[in-house]
Amino acid sequence: MPLKTTATRGRPRLRSVLSLHGVSKSFGAVRALNSVNLEVRRGEVTALLGDNGAGKSTLVKVLSGVHPADAGELYFDDERVSITSPAEARELGIATVYQDLALCDNLDVVANLFLGQEHGHLTLAEEQMEGQARELLRQLSAKLPSLRAPVAGLSGGQRQTVAIARALVGDPSVVILDEPTAALGVEQTAEVLNLVEALRDRGLAVLIITHNMADVEAVADRAAVMRLGRDNGVFPIDSTTHEEILAAITGAMENAASTRAARRRSGGTGESST
Amino acid sequence: MSNVPATKPLTPGSPDEELARGLSLRGAAATMVARVRAGQLGSLPIVVGLVLIWGILQSLNSAFLSSRDLVNLATEMVPVGVIAIGIVLVLLVAEIDLSVGSMSGVASSILGVGLTSRGWSLPVSIVVALAVGVVVGLVYGFAYVRFRVPSFVITLAGLLALLGLQLHILGTGGSINLPFQSGIVQFMQNDFLPPLAAYALAAACSVAFFGSRLGLARRRRRHGLPARGVLAIAVSALVLLVALEAVAWYLNRARGVSMPFVLFVALVIVVDWALKRTKWGRGVYAVGGSVEAARRAGIRVSLTYLSVFVGCSFLAALGGLLAAGRLSAASISSGTGDVNLNAIAAAVIGGTSLFGGRGSAYSALLGILVIESISNGLTLLNLTSAARFMITGLVLFIAVVVDSLAKRSRALHGAA
Ligand SMILES: Nc1ncnc2c1ncn2[C@@H]1O[C@H](COP(=O)(O)OP(=O)(O)OP(=O)(O)O)[C@@H](O)[C@H]1O
Ligand SMILES: [Mg+2]
Repeated sequence: MPLKTTATRGRPRLRSVLSLHGVSKSFGAVRALNSVNLEVRRGEVTALLGDNGAGKSTLVKVLSGVHPADAGELYFDDERVSITSPAEARELGIATVYQDLALCDNLDVVANLFLGQEHGHLTLAEEQMEGQARELLRQLSAKLPSLRAPVAGLSGGQRQTVAIARALVGDPSVVILDEPTAALGVEQTAEVLNLVEALRDRGLAVLIITHNMADVEAVADRAAVMRLGRDNGVFPIDSTTHEEILAAITGAMENAASTRAARRRSGGTGESST
Repeated sequence: MSNVPATKPLTPGSPDEELARGLSLRGAAATMVARVRAGQLGSLPIVVGLVLIWGILQSLNSAFLSSRDLVNLATEMVPVGVIAIGIVLVLLVAEIDLSVGSMSGVASSILGVGLTSRGWSLPVSIVVALAVGVVVGLVYGFAYVRFRVPSFVITLAGLLALLGLQLHILGTGGSINLPFQSGIVQFMQNDFLPPLAAYALAAACSVAFFGSRLGLARRRRRHGLPARGVLAIAVSALVLLVALEAVAWYLNRARGVSMPFVLFVALVIVVDWALKRTKWGRGVYAVGGSVEAARRAGIRVSLTYLSVFVGCSFLAALGGLLAAGRLSAASISSGTGDVNLNAIAAAVIGGTSLFGGRGSAYSALLGILVIESISNGLTLLNLTSAARFMITGLVLFIAVVVDSLAKRSRALHGAA
């Protein structure tokens, strides 16, 4: 089972499990990633922030093997690796919940959970998979009507839960979530954040992408900011103000978003730095 | 599934709700109704349609459902039915092969020329024809995977090229009669199960069904999952036994259960097993549901496409061999006419979606049964091919509309 072993691996907490140095990626003339550095650590939630088009999803796809990087170095457990396909990323222990979920609507919950990593040799070990799926979803306190109906019939939140549960199949050590709460209501968002905390407490490294500063404050330990395809600083959440992070996201100390936030927080004095 | 309370959490040991409801007869009926409402039609429309068509044709001509006629029908549908299994494969990944008719024609002519002017043995001729099918499938698959040319264009080009190849192989004569004592002709025309063997086969099938369902239930229980009880399984196995023995009895009143029919049904069962129970099959459904999701899950999408195109062309070639045996001839008209469209129509009428990811190998069996029933029934009524074509076209049209409406209904129920 994916959830139980990671906490007992005996590795020191906060050890860097995945790090990127100078990673670049272009789509034709568009430079989506420009020499990005990033570090993801065990037992820690790293928030990846940035405006629309900053390159967050592209970075996720580089890490998950969907779009291999053009240049740069990737280290997994201090070992130089190259990730050129989704299967390679999974083998390393990197599991991803994509922004668009990437579920197969016509398949049922169990089939989606184990897609690409089914149990069994020649034939599928359906019962084993279904048993594990039930156990996994129970651990996540998932509320699903049936494990054997196509996921097309599930609500947005339920689909999100399935996508997250799928990332936990196969004992990953790094879980990447690309805007997991964007489509969710208040209660579902809280549940996903609970789950993120549970993963961290089990010693996994979590990289979560979000536009919601409240989510960041709620679960993240560090915030890595991207701007226009470059990394724009890493901030410990405890000792950084909202305004500093917003400034890094937008690239200016004084702008509409940061002054508005500052005004609301400090009752209109306009102070924006510590 | 709109009638399922969405908030009930899954708790260990508590039976899966849907399954629990499915265990009682009323629950099963309720589930069925809810599924149909939500556009998860499966093979329901086709079974209803088949009963309707048989009813109408039987009332028009009492010879239609006679043993003699059904025996004939059971063999008649085999070549195109086998081709339709291949069409199911490509439709499942939301692609199409428009050249299956020509492919079957090429296989027919290879068999004809091989057995006669080349003097090859039957096994050699068969292997060469099937190998050509595999090569054609590889070419289609490669062209699709490498250049992303839409499959209907590739296979339309293939249709023309294969037609040319067929003419080339047949040469100037244009028509070859297969030696009547040849194994494949005998197989397609005179090979019937002895009556007792037919009853025994029907019994063996039910026992195998019972055994596999029992094993499944046992495995489910071992993994702490809800499962059907022995009694429920025994009842359904018994129903199957009675149904199969009835079919055997009815066909045995005439010449009996033909070997080609047994081969066809066996192929359907094997392909369905491969689709439902192997990793390859899971990959096929996944690619049909969402290529990108399948790719990101680590499925080798290119291999899946390749395998499906190869499978389709292979089955088309096999269908061509069986058709040649049935007619004991190969000619320039082998595989032309309505073969192509009937194979595609059978898969769609049988309930395999044109939009990919939904359907099963059984739709080839059900669909071809409908098409051949119509064709047979209308021939008995002394209607011309003109009427036959139009009515088959109408049925295909209805099937496509049902498929599209079901898709829209799934979208309305948030289940697109
Ligand atoms: N497959 C692609 N082909 C071409 N350009 C792409 C592709 N994917 C991303 N891009 C471009 O790369 C840049 C970064 O996109 P990306 O999706 O990574 O942004 P993002 O930070 O995730 O934004 P959002 O917050 O809106 O999700 C954008 O300019 C986008 O247009
Ligand atoms: Mg994004």
